[in-house]
Amino acid sequence: MSSNPAGVVGFSPASSGRQLGRGPASEAAARAKSARRRQLGFRAIALGYLALLLLAPVAMIFYRTFEHGLSPVWNAVSAPNAQHAFWLSIEIVAIAVPLNTIFGIGMALLLERGRFWGKSALGLLIDLPFAISPVVVGLSLVLVYGKTGWLGDWLAEQGIQVIFSVPGMVIATAVVSLPFVVRETMPVLRELGTDAEQAAETLGASAWQAFWRVTLPGIRWGVVYGVVLTTARALGEFGAVSIVSGRIEGQTQTLPLYVQDRFENFDITGAYTAAVVLALLALATLLAMNLLTRRAHRGTAI
Amino acid sequence: MAIEVRGVSKRFGDFVALEDVSITVADGALTALLGPSGSGKSTLLRIIAGLETPDSGEVVIDEQDVTASPARNRGVGFVFQHYAPFKHMTVHDNVAFGLSVRKRPKEEIRGRVEELLALVRLDGLAGRYPSQLSGGQLQRMALARALAVQPRVLLLDEPFGALDAQVRAELREWLRKLHEEIHVTTIFVTHDQEEAMEVAEQIVVMNKGRIEQAGAPRELYESPANEFVMSFIGPVNRLGDAFVRPHDIQILAEDDGTGTEALVERVVHLGFEVRVELKLPDGREIWAQVTREEAQQLELSQGQILSVRLPAPRVFAS
Repeated sequence: MSSNPAGVVGFSPASSGRQLGRGPASEAAARAKSARRRQLGFRAIALGYLALLLLAPVAMIFYRTFEHGLSPVWNAVSAPNAQHAFWLSIEIVAIAVPLNTIFGIGMALLLERGRFWGKSALGLLIDLPFAISPVVVGLSLVLVYGKTGWLGDWLAEQGIQVIFSVPGMVIATAVVSLPFVVRETMPVLRELGTDAEQAAETLGASAWQAFWRVTLPGIRWGVVYGVVLTTARALGEFGAVSIVSGRIEGQTQTLPLYVQDRFENFDITGAYTAAVVLALLALATLLAMNLLTRRAHRGTAI
Repeated sequence: MAIEVRGVSKRFGDFVALEDVSITVADGALTALLGPSGSGKSTLLRIIAGLETPDSGEVVIDEQDVTASPARNRGVGFVFQHYAPFKHMTVHDNVAFGLSVRKRPKEEIRGRVEELLALVRLDGLAGRYPSQLSGGQLQRMALARALAVQPRVLLLDEPFGALDAQVRAELREWLRKLHEEIHVTTIFVTHDQEEAMEVAEQIVVMNKGRIEQAGAPRELYESPANEFVMSFIGPVNRLGDAFVRPHDIQILAEDDGTGTEALVERVVHLGFEVRVELKLPDGREIWAQVTREEAQQLELSQGQILSVRLPAPRVFAS
């Protein structure tokens, strides 16, 4: 809208009665001017809102982190527990995100193309992780996979520890970030339609070939967007992981848990530094997506 | 290759799309499935292609029952109404698709694609993406893509439906010539009777999931089997239960006592053809088609009262 002042003019029915005697040109100019003023107003409100809620707090963290120069930051970053937390976060994301991507594409295909009983119920179920508090997700996982949980005895017999170890943290992360790929892929899939796939079929492609060569490239930007959101969510997950991990320093502490731990132990620099690293990771993810989409538009391959 | 459809029925829920439909298409023929929307013509085409399964009946291509075989094994080329381009691929890769899923050598693919692009007059556009092509170009790309795998049968769903009038006329002409050149058995779906008459060698007229009549264009025009075919193919005047073609109505220069009186309500000049709207003494309205010359000789003008001779009207038993 910002480049189209004419679009805003519609908001104000011109009071032509009072403007009698003015030429149509000056009337139009006056209208354009008031539209521009209104637009600037809207923009100021939007920016102010963002600044108060988002920009100022993030900027403050950056400022506080580097307040005393680089060496305390360096020390905080190279602390063994910080290093461990960083790599553990990366590890969990590297497992949970691909899992959710494969599951998400399959589920989107099922919900969009399939015809079966209970489809709408399944669609609702997919959104459940959005609705339920992550803490509840964590607790319910403990009830199933914990020592006294439903599967606890069986898992213990197999020698598998889920709760208070990495598998449980991966599961918790996967659950809370489950809906993104499904929800981002479904509308693109609908827009793609089935014509191109059927064309591939009549040209001799197997279902597998049609999927890899036609369907997946057709929905790839929806999938990429879903993956980016999943990654951001998985990186930042606190509540569910906090419960299933047991928060053991240097063992089951992810970056967000580490931030909380440092903060509670009055290691403000440590907390801020880890927070900045988290923010930078998220920023890198967003940037990567931005670059990818921009390349896609340039390639006219959308 | 000859195509035979035997007793095919198809329902979508409560809607009967096809009811006991049988058609035969000779090897190398160019056939139109003609009918209003909802007549089942596209469903029939999709069933022949294997994109839809019939509830009952058989599809036979080249004396081989293909009813149970999937679309990819039928050897059909299908051109979709909205072309269904692979938007993320170049024109070259679109056309090459069928060959590349068959794992043909690269050299062979390149040669074949070049040949096809020349055939559909898209040479030089191989590196473009579908979003950079016009409707007519997309249509021809879709056709080249379908022809690349040397199909036994070519099926086109409303091939000219989404194009503007001029491109449409050009493509019609071009499709007919192409068919003469490559002679692959072709069926196309259309709701436009003029298009069917102009392009097809055989027309199958469909209505409400049934076949009303099949035959050569001239045959359908001159001896329609029923009311529906009579009114769907060519212009028609309806007088109660009877039908009269506008060009069969004679306007007499002098009233010799054999004609009926009629009032000229309007004269519309459409170039060579002139459309004369008439009102009969009993209040019924009909129109007659005369040539420009005839109209001049008769000095037709609005409000004039003249004498017309109606041919023996055609009446169909209902």
